[in-house]
Amino acid sequence: MHNPQLNAKGELAHLLTLEGLPREIIVNILDTAASFVGVTERDVKKVPLLRGKSVFNLFFENSTRTRTTFEIAAKRLSADVINLNITTSSTQKGETLLDTVDNLSAMHADMFVVRHAQSGAPHMIARHVGPERHVINAGDGRHAHPTQGLLDAYTIRHYKHDFGGLSVAIVGDILHSRVARSLIHVLNILGTPDVRVIGPQTLMPAGVESLGVRVCHDMREGLAGVDVVVMLRLQSERMRGPLLPSAQEFFKYYGLTPDKLAAAKPDAIVMHPGPMNRGIEIDSAVADGPRSVILPQVTFGIAVRMAVMSILGGS
Amino acid sequence: MPLPDAEALCAELVKKLRPAVTPETAMVGIHTGGAWLAERLHRELGLTVPLGRLDISFYRDDYHKSGLHKSVKASQIPFEVDGRRILLVDDVLYTGRTVRAAMNELFDYGRPESISLVVLVDRGERQLPICAQYCGATHAVPKGAMLRLHRDDRGQLALRLDNA
Amino acid sequence: MKLHIKNGRLVDPKNGVDRPVDLFIAEGRVAGFGAPPKGFSAERVIDASGLVVAPGLVDLAARLREPGLEYKATLESEMLAAVAGGVTSLACPPDTDPPLDEPGLVEMLKRRAASLNLARVYPVGALTAKLEGERLTEMAELRDHGCVAFSQADVPLPDTQLLWRALQYAATFGFPVWLRPQDPHVAKGGVAHDGEVATRLGLPGIPAFAETIALGTILALVRVTGTRVHLCRLSAGDSVEMVRAAKREGLAVTCDIAAHHLHLSDMDLGYFDSHAHVVPPFRSQRDRDRLRAGLADGTIDAVCSDHTPVDEDAKQLPFGESEPGTTGLELLLPLTLKWSQESRLPLPQALARVTSDPARILGVDAGHLAVGAPADVCIFDPESYVKIASGTLRSQGKNTPFLGYELPGVVRYTLVAGEVRYEAGG
Repeated sequence: MHNPQLNAKGELAHLLTLEGLPREIIVNILDTAASFVGVTERDVKKVPLLRGKSVFNLFFENSTRTRTTFEIAAKRLSADVINLNITTSSTQKGETLLDTVDNLSAMHADMFVVRHAQSGAPHMIARHVGPERHVINAGDGRHAHPTQGLLDAYTIRHYKHDFGGLSVAIVGDILHSRVARSLIHVLNILGTPDVRVIGPQTLMPAGVESLGVRVCHDMREGLAGVDVVVMLRLQSERMRGPLLPSAQEFFKYYGLTPDKLAAAKPDAIVMHPGPMNRGIEIDSAVADGPRSVILPQVTFGIAVRMAVMSILGGS
Repeated sequence: MPLPDAEALCAELVKKLRPAVTPETAMVGIHTGGAWLAERLHRELGLTVPLGRLDISFYRDDYHKSGLHKSVKASQIPFEVDGRRILLVDDVLYTGRTVRAAMNELFDYGRPESISLVVLVDRGERQLPICAQYCGATHAVPKGAMLRLHRDDRGQLALRLDNA
Repeated sequence: MKLHIKNGRLVDPKNGVDRPVDLFIAEGRVAGFGAPPKGFSAERVIDASGLVVAPGLVDLAARLREPGLEYKATLESEMLAAVAGGVTSLACPPDTDPPLDEPGLVEMLKRRAASLNLARVYPVGALTAKLEGERLTEMAELRDHGCVAFSQADVPLPDTQLLWRALQYAATFGFPVWLRPQDPHVAKGGVAHDGEVATRLGLPGIPAFAETIALGTILALVRVTGTRVHLCRLSAGDSVEMVRAAKREGLAVTCDIAAHHLHLSDMDLGYFDSHAHVVPPFRSQRDRDRLRAGLADGTIDAVCSDHTPVDEDAKQLPFGESEPGTTGLELLLPLTLKWSQESRLPLPQALARVTSDPARILGVDAGHLAVGAPADVCIFDPESYVKIASGTLRSQGKNTPFLGYELPGVVRYTLVAGEVRYEAGG
C-alpha cells in the first residue's frame, strides 16, 4: 500500500506518523533541526523560508502548549499563522470535518497542523487535500504524535549520540499514549536494540510486543541499566476506575523517584513530554534534578517543528 | 582554457588582503567551498577574531522550486556582528544569488559596518548587481558546467569543473 | 408465465443435483426437468448456455432501511439491489426506525415489499420493546403478522436475567431467537478488533472474548430453556469451536457469518479505511481462516450479506466516528464463489450455504428447485468477473471495502415466483 505521507518523488508531503518512514527521512529531519537550534539561539530567530505561506492550526482537541510551539515554529519560518479552535466554531453548527478543511483550503491555507481526538483524522484530511497542501499531525487519538517522537529522538541523540547500543524505557499509560507509539516507532527505525515499556497490565495495549518492545510490569526490573527513562503523563480520568485504583498506588509502584531511578545507569537521562503531574508519575526531586532534560526537550521541540515545516514546505 | 591553480590564487588573495586587515577584522566563509577558503585565509592572515561560517540554505531564493537542501549545516557566527567590518568569503562568484542570501542572513545577526566580498574565481554571468572587492581571477565556464573548489585530505585546494 | 430455461447447468444443493438439464416453469413453480411437461408451451425461452441455474439466494440479514432511515436507502433501491444480486428471499433485522416491535409496522413493511413484487421479505421482529432490553415484545402477535424470528439486531441485552426470560418466553411458543453474541461492557467504546493492528492504529479495541463470553452465556441458557437459537455474524475463531462442541452435544443451535468476514481481516483497515469499519469487527487472519474452515465443514450453517447501506457522509468521518456497516446484497454471491474457489470446494456445497441452509434456518420453502417448489431462480455466469464500483452498484449504499475488487460470478437473470425480476443489461 502506498505510503500516504510520501509524494510521487518519495519526498515527505505530510507528516502523519513515524511508522513506516524511511530512516533517511527521519535522520534528515533531525539534522535539519540541528541547524534550526542555532537559529533559535541568536537574536533574530527568524528565517524567511515560509514567508507568504499560511499555516493553519486546526486543533479539535484543546492544547495551548502544543499549539503554541507550532505557532512559534511557524512564525520563526516567517509564515502567517492562523489558529482555529474548532470546539467553538463551525463544526458546532454541524459542518463536517472535510467541509471545514475545504473552506480553509479555499482561503489559501498551505499547511494544516491538526490535533484531533480520533485516531486517523489527519490521515483522512491528508487524503482529502492531496500532496499540494501539507498536513502535520499534532496528535490524533492514541495513534501518533510524530513531532513529539522526533523531538524525543533528537533529545536522545543530543545526549547519547548513538542509538545502536541504547536501552530506553517508557513508563506509564502506554495503552492510551500516542507519544509512546510514536517514540517506539522512531526508536526502532533508528536501530535501538532495547526498548522497554513499563506499567501495569491494565495500561498495556493488546499485542504491544509486536511493536518491537519488551514488556515489564516491575519498574525496578524494567529500569535496570537503561540509558533513557521516558515518563508518560497519566491523565486524571484514568487514575481512579477500572484501570487504576488511585494515584497514590500508581506513584508508589510506577512513579519515578530518585530511589527507582537508581536502578538505571548513573548517567541516564529523564524525559517527559509534558505537562508533568508532579507526585503522580514523577517526583519533583527527579523532575528538577540533574538527570532531567525535560526543559531542553521543549527547546528542541521548536527546532524540530521548524525542520518538519521547512522540509514539507519545500516538497 | 586550463583551470586556474587554486593554491596560487589563494596566495594572491592573501597578498591583496594583508594590507586591509586589522585586529577587529572578521571573516565569514559560505559553506562549503567558501568555508574551506576562509579557513585557509583566516589562518594565513593570522586573524584573531574567530572565523564565522554561514549555511545559506534557509535564505536561498529557490526554496519554493527545489525545496530544502539536503545536509543543511549549522551557521556559526562566533562574534558580534554589530559595527563590524566583515570579509565575506566564497569560492566562486557566479549569479550573485548566494552572496545576496549570505548578506541577508548576516543582517539577521546584526548590523555590520561594512561587508567586502572575497572570491577565488569570478566566472561572470551575474544576475544581480554584486561584485567582489577582492578577486583571485576571472574565468569563463562552459554552459551546463559547475566550477567548484575541492579540498583533499592534506588540505590542498583545487578547482574542478563538474557537470551540473 | 411459462418459461423454458435451456442448456444450463442445474445446481440444486438440497436435492443433490449438479448436472446439465433444462428447467421448466409454470404458474410460478418448477414444473419439470429435462423434457417439457405434457402440454407445456413456452412463452419465453432463456438460453443458459455456460451458466449455472441455481435456486435464488436466501439472505438471512439485509437492512432495507425502511421504515425511518430512507435517507440511507429505500425499499425500492434495496429490493432492486437484492434481485440484481440473485437474492430472492431475505430476512430483514428489526433495527429500523422505529424498530419492528409493533404488528402495524411489520404489516406495513410486508405490504410495501409485496407491492414491489421483487424479492420475498421476511421480517425479524424485535425481541424487546424498542430494542431497549427492558420489556418483551408481544412475540405471538408479531409472529401472527409475519415475523419469522425475534432478535435484538446489534443492540446487546444489558441484562442476563432478561435474556433468560426472553429465551424462555420464545421457547414457550417454539419461536426462534436470533442473537449476535456480544458482551456490551467489554466491548464498550471499541471500534476494531483488540489486537496488534488496533494497537498500532491507536483504535479502541473489542476483544474476541466479548463474543465468546456472550456466546457461552447464550449456550448455557439454551441448555436450560431449549430455545431454538440462531447465532448471528460470528467473527472469532474461538466461537466456531464453541458452536462445534455445542452441536456435538446436541443443542439446537445454528449460526451464520457475514460474507465479508470470509475474506477480510483487521489488516484490511489499512490507513483507517472507514469502509472497513463493520460490526462485528474484522478480526485476525487466524480468526478468518478458522471461520472459513467452519463454513466449509458446516459448523457454520450459512453465509449472509449483513447488508447495511450507509450514506457517504456517515463514512467520510474519522474511523472511530464513522458509521459501521457495508453494502452486501450484490456481493453475497461473488464473495461466496470466491471463497469456494479458493477453498477448492465443490460448487453445490458452497451454494448450499446461501440457498438451502439459510432457507432451513428461516423455516421457509425456498433455496431449492424440486418439482412444485416456488420458481425462485438465480442464473449466473461463474466464469465472468464483476468489478465492484459505486457506479454499478444498485444499492444506495456504495460503502464497501471491496470497491475496485474483481469478483467471480455475474448474475444474468433472477426469477421470483417464476417471473423475471432482473435481467443483466436490461
